[in-house]
Amino acid sequence: MRVKEVSLMERIHIDVPLLFWVIVLSVVGLLALYSANGQDMDLILRQSIRLGAALLIMIIIAQLSPARLSRFSIWIYLGCLALLIMVLFFGDVGKGAQRWLDIKVFRFQPSEIMKLALPMVIAWYLGEKTLPPAIGRVFVALIFILIPVLLIVKQPDLGTALLVAVAGFSILFIAGISWKLLAGFFLTASLSAPALWYLLHEYQKKRILTLLNPEQDPLGAGYHIIQSKIAIGSGGIYGKGWLNGTQSHLEFLPERSTDFIFAVFCEEFGLMGVLVLVCIYLFIIARGLYIAMHAQQLYGKLLGAGIILTFSVYIFVNMGMVSGQLPVVGVPLPLISHGGTSMLTIMAGFGILMSIHTHRRLL
Amino acid sequence: MALNITIKDLDLETRLIYQRIYLASAFVLLVTLLIVTRIFYLQVTQHEHFTTLSQSNRIKILPAPPARGLIFSSDQVLLADNRPTFTLEVVPEQVDELDSTIKRLSEIIAIEPGDIRRFKELQKKKRRFEGIPLKFNLSDEEVALISVNRHLFPGVDVATRLNRHYPLGRDLSHTIGYVGMIDEAEFEKLNKSNYSGITHIGKSGVEKAYESLLHGYVGYRQVEVNAQGRKIREIGRKPPEPGKNLYLTLDASLQTFVAQSLEGKRGAIVAIEPATGAILASVSSPGYDPNLFVNGIDKASYNELIQSKATPLLNRFLRGKYPPGSTIKPFLGLGALQHRVRDSVDETWCRGWYSLKGSTHRYRDWKKEGHGHMDLLNAVSQSCDVYFYSLAHDLGIEGIHQSLTDFGFGKPTNIDIGNESAGLVPSKQWKKEKLGQPWYPGETLITGIGQGAVLVTPIQLAAATAAMANRGRLVRPYLLSEVRDSITGQLMIRTTVREDRQLVSAGDEHWDTIIESMREVVHGNRGTARATGAGSEYEFAGKTGTAQVITIAQDEEYKEEEVPEEFRDHALFIAFAPIERPEIAVAIIVENGGSGSSTAAPIARALFDHYLGTPGQVRVSSN
Repeated sequence: MRVKEVSLMERIHIDVPLLFWVIVLSVVGLLALYSANGQDMDLILRQSIRLGAALLIMIIIAQLSPARLSRFSIWIYLGCLALLIMVLFFGDVGKGAQRWLDIKVFRFQPSEIMKLALPMVIAWYLGEKTLPPAIGRVFVALIFILIPVLLIVKQPDLGTALLVAVAGFSILFIAGISWKLLAGFFLTASLSAPALWYLLHEYQKKRILTLLNPEQDPLGAGYHIIQSKIAIGSGGIYGKGWLNGTQSHLEFLPERSTDFIFAVFCEEFGLMGVLVLVCIYLFIIARGLYIAMHAQQLYGKLLGAGIILTFSVYIFVNMGMVSGQLPVVGVPLPLISHGGTSMLTIMAGFGILMSIHTHRRLL
Repeated sequence: MALNITIKDLDLETRLIYQRIYLASAFVLLVTLLIVTRIFYLQVTQHEHFTTLSQSNRIKILPAPPARGLIFSSDQVLLADNRPTFTLEVVPEQVDELDSTIKRLSEIIAIEPGDIRRFKELQKKKRRFEGIPLKFNLSDEEVALISVNRHLFPGVDVATRLNRHYPLGRDLSHTIGYVGMIDEAEFEKLNKSNYSGITHIGKSGVEKAYESLLHGYVGYRQVEVNAQGRKIREIGRKPPEPGKNLYLTLDASLQTFVAQSLEGKRGAIVAIEPATGAILASVSSPGYDPNLFVNGIDKASYNELIQSKATPLLNRFLRGKYPPGSTIKPFLGLGALQHRVRDSVDETWCRGWYSLKGSTHRYRDWKKEGHGHMDLLNAVSQSCDVYFYSLAHDLGIEGIHQSLTDFGFGKPTNIDIGNESAGLVPSKQWKKEKLGQPWYPGETLITGIGQGAVLVTPIQLAAATAAMANRGRLVRPYLLSEVRDSITGQLMIRTTVREDRQLVSAGDEHWDTIIESMREVVHGNRGTARATGAGSEYEFAGKTGTAQVITIAQDEEYKEEEVPEEFRDHALFIAFAPIERPEIAVAIIVENGGSGSSTAAPIARALFDHYLGTPGQVRVSSN
């Protein structure tokens, strides 16, 4: 047996390729944000501080071994569930929905933590026995998914509920549940969609209708889609240049620095910029999948793949929504959009990936 | 062999996961391709189209804020209106150096640091092309000064805005509440597209409770702008839909009268129409001028309000909790009759004090020498404490709890503007849960005269008095009478009796006894408030109350003049009139006002005279 040299970075549990691309992406994000927000240096400073904090959390999480994470999974999940229930009773009502829990020092959304806690608990649960999972275990995993999802729907926050569900299902998929079951889920979901329509809040229905007919709500979501498409389309192949986007700077484009920042990016950097950005994302996804495939424990494989798949779904949903293919559901573009909470979850997820990769026993 | 199988299984497992990861990768690539195709379609295929749109994208949609609905009293007096005022506005987008511009402006007209702070706050919430108010209520002179120097200040303009104004000022402060600048927390919760261009929101009272009716719907103007974003012409518009006008149950003339009768005192008065629960007047004194809050109150005035010992910002009629004192006696008397603990003819001998068997502690009557033989009628009208100690002892704390909660004490009245205290009706269970202590028999006695742990709010006391006038029918107090369209004046909503429950069911003869005893309070020869009832043209029923704020020791004497003001007794009075067909029920509390009969009762008489004695005035109809 040959002892392989362990580099410094591996000793402090950092995966260099992942860190590199995350930093590149963050820098691109800051550039886009600077332009989107009317060149407000204060804001960039604040976002940089948040970014630094998120990176720190990523590194801290990377220090915890997957074995330890696995042992804690169920407790993190249960704790998060308790927080979600507390939100229903004591939550702050933000934007007409109860999502925030106020704990004196800061406010946070437990549903955001659930985006990681749910895949963790399912990976732990399914990883205990050999795969593919028996039907009974799939059923239990489904219950793990349904409880938080229903609690989040009740807040009501349909977008996050869907993303949490995606995070859970991605683990089930990787764990190799049979195609028959998958088809069954898909069928049930599409059949219950019309029934779900009646459960939707008025504003949620409106958003879906708006996608079909943007002119209907010129002050609200329809205006967003119209202006966003103009921004993207007028960018052309090479873009209007950094800080030169007219759509954004003449204030036609709403939510420029948050959910619709991709439109600003498209306008200023054009198709070429989009291709570069998509490539950066693909590098990160590829690295994540590589880490998952080389994980030694089942838990690491499942969780690693699940985290990176959920990450890609965020990207697709945001880009799809900004380019007018999906309803406006309020999903930020990972590591580019302005805002703290979602960035923190994503970085924490990367921390787990790094932990999986750097805690391998070297043979 | 067994080892082999395990390894094989692991191998199978790994292959399965690999297979799924490959599939997932394929899915990622496919969706990426779809998105890139879509972007390609927009940016290359449709590029010309969107470039044209972008260049002709000179149409901005500007919000057109609706006018807030007006608030009227039942006698058609305007309680809240919108006055045009001149406001200095700055459009940040059109100003190069914001700070220096503000500095130069302050050389022309006075701009307070508070104005600048508010401006910076608002700036965070508004789009850069929206005008942000820097200073409100410009004087004519200031308007002229700015107009003359206009050319020096691009992006600075004088705008006419509608400003909320409350003509009755402090007389109505707690009831109607006020609007104020939208703060960070409120902004989070708002429907932003329906509040674009809006700076104010209801903060308390009616203004807050009926925000959604008063606010209306934001319209918009489609405006053509040039490349710098300046307006060229208006293309189209959707007019805003103004807020609804509200008509309250309040009688403005009574409200003002009541507010003035509490002038210089601390306390609260609520007057209710018993048949419906319509609130005719509700005053908490001292009040404050709601107009101060509309555009942000200055620090000095606010500190003065906050630090004042008289707590003018406290809404006493909804959130003031007071020991009810003897005003509780009619309710307990009825409870005793209803639960057959007492009959109307049962007598108790009052020798000036009462003590429990096996105890030497003397629970004293307010009348040292005692009242002698007392039946229920006399015990209420002369407010005999000994009779009620004994009654309370026989009824027991659970019986007292039942009787009081039947009349709505100890829980919110569910008044439509909300934000009220529940008060407190003690019970064995309550004491065990809250204090972890057992209930002592002596506590039952003092609860029987409205002292000890029991606390009521003025609105509860008024609602219970109304229920007494209704012979047990409990109505929910409310303020909103009608909602009308502000343009056509068309009636949209009319409040009918909100809630109407027969909660206290007792025989007619019991009601007769209690109401007669309350009549004796003001019209009887020995009634505690006989001076107040003298010479009235109508008959009314009442009950005085004098609630101790401090405990007087066994052998101590309470001398009003020797006690510092904040420890003097609270004066209370409840009453309804006329007895035959009650039109008004009141609860009056004057903090540290001394005795109920000398301080609170005369206010009720004056109030009744005012309300019943002015024929022909518009009243909230009970039908």
